[in-house]
Amino acid sequence: MISRIGALLLRYLYLYRRSTARLMGVLFWPVMDLLVWGFLTSYLERIAAPPGVTFLLGAVIFWDIFYSAQQAITLSITEDIWARNILNVFVAPVRTWELLVATSLIGVLRATVSAGVLAILARLFYGFPLFAIGLPLLPFYFSLLLFGWAMGMFTMALVLRFGQAAEALIWGIPFLIQPLSAVFYPVAVLPPWLRTLALLLPSTHVFEGMRAALATGSVSGTTLAAAVGLNAVYLAAGTAFFGWMLGRVREKGYLARLGME
Amino acid sequence: MPETRAAIEAAIAVTGLTKRFGDVAAVDGLSFSVASGEIFGLLGPNGAGKTTTIQLLLGLTTPTAGDVRVLGLSMPSDRLAILQRVNFSSAYISLPSNLTVRQNLRVFAGLYGVRRPQAKIDALLELFEVSDSAGRPTGALSSGQLTRVNLCKAFLNDPEVLFLDEPTASLDPDIADKVRTALQKLQRERGVTIVYTSHNMREVEVLCDRVLFLAHGRAVADGSPSEVLARARSDSLEDVFIAIAREKTPAEPER
Repeated sequence: MISRIGALLLRYLYLYRRSTARLMGVLFWPVMDLLVWGFLTSYLERIAAPPGVTFLLGAVIFWDIFYSAQQAITLSITEDIWARNILNVFVAPVRTWELLVATSLIGVLRATVSAGVLAILARLFYGFPLFAIGLPLLPFYFSLLLFGWAMGMFTMALVLRFGQAAEALIWGIPFLIQPLSAVFYPVAVLPPWLRTLALLLPSTHVFEGMRAALATGSVSGTTLAAAVGLNAVYLAAGTAFFGWMLGRVREKGYLARLGME
Repeated sequence: MPETRAAIEAAIAVTGLTKRFGDVAAVDGLSFSVASGEIFGLLGPNGAGKTTTIQLLLGLTTPTAGDVRVLGLSMPSDRLAILQRVNFSSAYISLPSNLTVRQNLRVFAGLYGVRRPQAKIDALLELFEVSDSAGRPTGALSSGQLTRVNLCKAFLNDPEVLFLDEPTASLDPDIADKVRTALQKLQRERGVTIVYTSHNMREVEVLCDRVLFLAHGRAVADGSPSEVLARARSDSLEDVFIAIAREKTPAEPER
């Protein structure tokens, strides 16, 4: 079991080490994002924006945690489809949960490296003290990671079922979730009907909580409990959906077609 | 007294195997067995059901009906135990192109839990004459080298049953011959059972102990190559193949 998870991890790490495009995905694009939002924040502060506008930098870094986790899971499988290697993986004695654990661990690594670098740069360039807040933000970090895994499993299942036709979802799903998650603004800004929908996402509670934690230095237990509870639901649903879809894919013969296209 | 087929334990036993995609039966009530240590040719024109049959035997696709037993275990309920003891290679799949040959093989050695993977990888690279390519990205290899690296991957776990889907397709005659020779050597030394698909009937005559021709998902001829030729009153498996592809029964080849 450990050997198989280790081998899958090794395969994904080799991929990052040998692919400039993948490394760019981990660091280059997030850093560019941080620079844009960092300069915007500086500008807003200069024109006497209300205090707390630096929350935007925290939002950029936290959003990247979710995005990295979701991308790492989905791209790990998609890379195998692109490489026509997916059948080699599925005819190896690998359990579905071992595949999910390996891709999730890659998500942890990618999100940690990316968020860590962004936090350091935010401190150096804009004096944004994310690390100074310390432990209170950790629960939100894990919460976004879990939600990224759940969304990654949904996306991966759709890619296995619909192949190339669903690949746009790998990048599309996070951007569908972003406006609802109130990443850069309070959830109260949303119209009431959309607010109800937004509160069904764990990410919304994380960003609300993150803003409160940055302002007060403490984490609201209610916000955290809502995020954890919703994450449990999404993770269970994501795992069940992936398992169900894999069964359908085997039944319909799509797996073999996907591997040989 | 010669050993009868019934006395030999079947490595693969398929009974009434059926796979329907909507109204189309890709595999239609197929029954056959493959004896342990046999090289078994699964043959037929495009769309005959060969690839679907291999997918069913590997658990990549679930059957609509029928029973598949590999090494005495039931597919799909014992899928992982079966997959640990078998392997697969196809001309139509590949390995990640930006990893080196050695990195790719190291990953699969881990997936199959191979002990002393380094020594095993070195021995297979040498056997298939691709040691010089060990440090090169897989994407930089010629199709002949890539085929042989895929075969290295397929032998990593010392499989008891090996599924080879057109392994010599797109190879030049020299490399194809080297691949066949290496396969025969490994089969002799290790007694591995090989299920082999190919459109090269000369190759099949040389390599296979027994063949099964499929058409429209059904078995239309089976036996040793010489038995099939005798029954079809034909000189070559290629003629038998063409007769089947043109929807004539093999016993009634074109006159």
